[in-house]
Amino acid sequence: MGLLDYFRGPGGARKGSASVAKERLQILVAHDRAARDRPSYLPRLQQEILAVIRKYVEVDNDAVSVHYEQEDKYEILELNIVLPDADARS
Amino acid sequence: MARTIVITSGKGGVGKTTTSAAMAMGLAQRGHRTVVIDFDVGLRNLDLIMGCERRVVYDFANVINGEANLNQALIRDKRCEHLFILPASQTRDKDALTQEGVGQVLEELRKTHDYIVCDSPAGIEHGALMAMYFADDAVVVTNPEVSSVRDSDRMLGILSSKSRRALENEEPIREFLLLSRYSPERVASGEMLGVEDVQEILALNLLSVIPESKAVLNASNAGTPVILDVESDAGQAYSDMVARYLGEERPMRFLEMERKGLFSRLFRG
Repeated sequence: MGLLDYFRGPGGARKGSASVAKERLQILVAHDRAARDRPSYLPRLQQEILAVIRKYVEVDNDAVSVHYEQEDKYEILELNIVLPDADARS
Repeated sequence: MARTIVITSGKGGVGKTTTSAAMAMGLAQRGHRTVVIDFDVGLRNLDLIMGCERRVVYDFANVINGEANLNQALIRDKRCEHLFILPASQTRDKDALTQEGVGQVLEELRKTHDYIVCDSPAGIEHGALMAMYFADDAVVVTNPEVSSVRDSDRMLGILSSKSRRALENEEPIREFLLLSRYSPERVASGEMLGVEDVQEILALNLLSVIPESKAVLNASNAGTPVILDVESDAGQAYSDMVARYLGEERPMRFLEMERKGLFSRLFRG
C-alpha cells in the first residue's frame, strides 16, 4: 500500500478487480453446475418433441423450451410449448 | 488401509507437481510408506522436482506393459527412506496408461504402502482421468484467479461423476482445497481473490494456503521438495497441509500481510 492509499480510505479496497472476479465466477460456476447436473438427453428430447408437435401444428424453432431442476429428493422436468395464435392456425 | 490421493487442478501451472512432491515428502517424513506417481505421460517433470531425474531407468508405462517389474521402476528417495517415486514415460503417448494397467499397479502398491500420491497432468484428457479414477482423496490445487477457480470446479464435477468411487456408488472421494500462489498484499489491496472468496465459491475443506514464495522456484531449481526448506514460508505452509490432511488442527498461516516499518509502508507504491 502506498501513501495515496491512505487517503483513498478502506472503501477503495473493495472496489478492486477482485470483487469483479468474484461476481463473475459466482455466476459462471452456478451456470456450469446447472449444466453439469442436467441429463444429457435434454437437447435431443427437445428436438424430438418439437418434431412431433410440428406434425400437427406449425410452430417456431424456439416454441418448445425444456427446463430441468433438481431438488433434494425430486427432479422437475418442465416443458413449455408456445402454440401460435388461433388466427394463425389453419 | 492404503489411501490413494490425486493432486489435480484442471488448469496447468498452478502447482500440482510442487504440491505432489511436498505432500509425498511430508507424509514420508512422518514415517508413512509413500509412493508418488507421475501421470503426465510425455511431459514428465516430477523426477526433476524430486531431484532424481538421473536415476530413472524404467517408468510407469514399462511396468504396465510388463517390461519391468514395479521394484525395478520405483526410485527410493535419497533423503527419506519411506518415499518412492514412480516416474512417467517420456516417450510414449498417453494411451500407455490403460485403466486396467493403472489399476493393477495401484493395487500392488497398496499392499506395501500407506499413501499413493498421484500427480495428475493438466487438462481433462486420459492421463488426468486415470490419475483421478482410483482416488480415495483429492487435493484440488487452485490459484486465486478466475480461470483456475473455474477449472477447479469443473474437476470437482468430474471427480463426482467419473471416478471409480462415483461409478461404483461407493462413499464419495474426500475433496480438499489447496490455495497456492497466494499474495496477502494483493488480496488486501483488492486485486486478488481472497481465501474466503474462493471458499465461498468452491466450498471445500481447506488444507492450506501456500503464499507466493521465492522458495518454490529455489526448490525446483535444486530438485528438492519445498517442504524440506523448513525456514521458508511455503515450506511451512506445506507442512501445515500434511498435518491437516492427517487430521491435526493447525491455525491457518500466511494470510496476513507482513508487518512492515512505517517507511516502507509509506513509500512502497
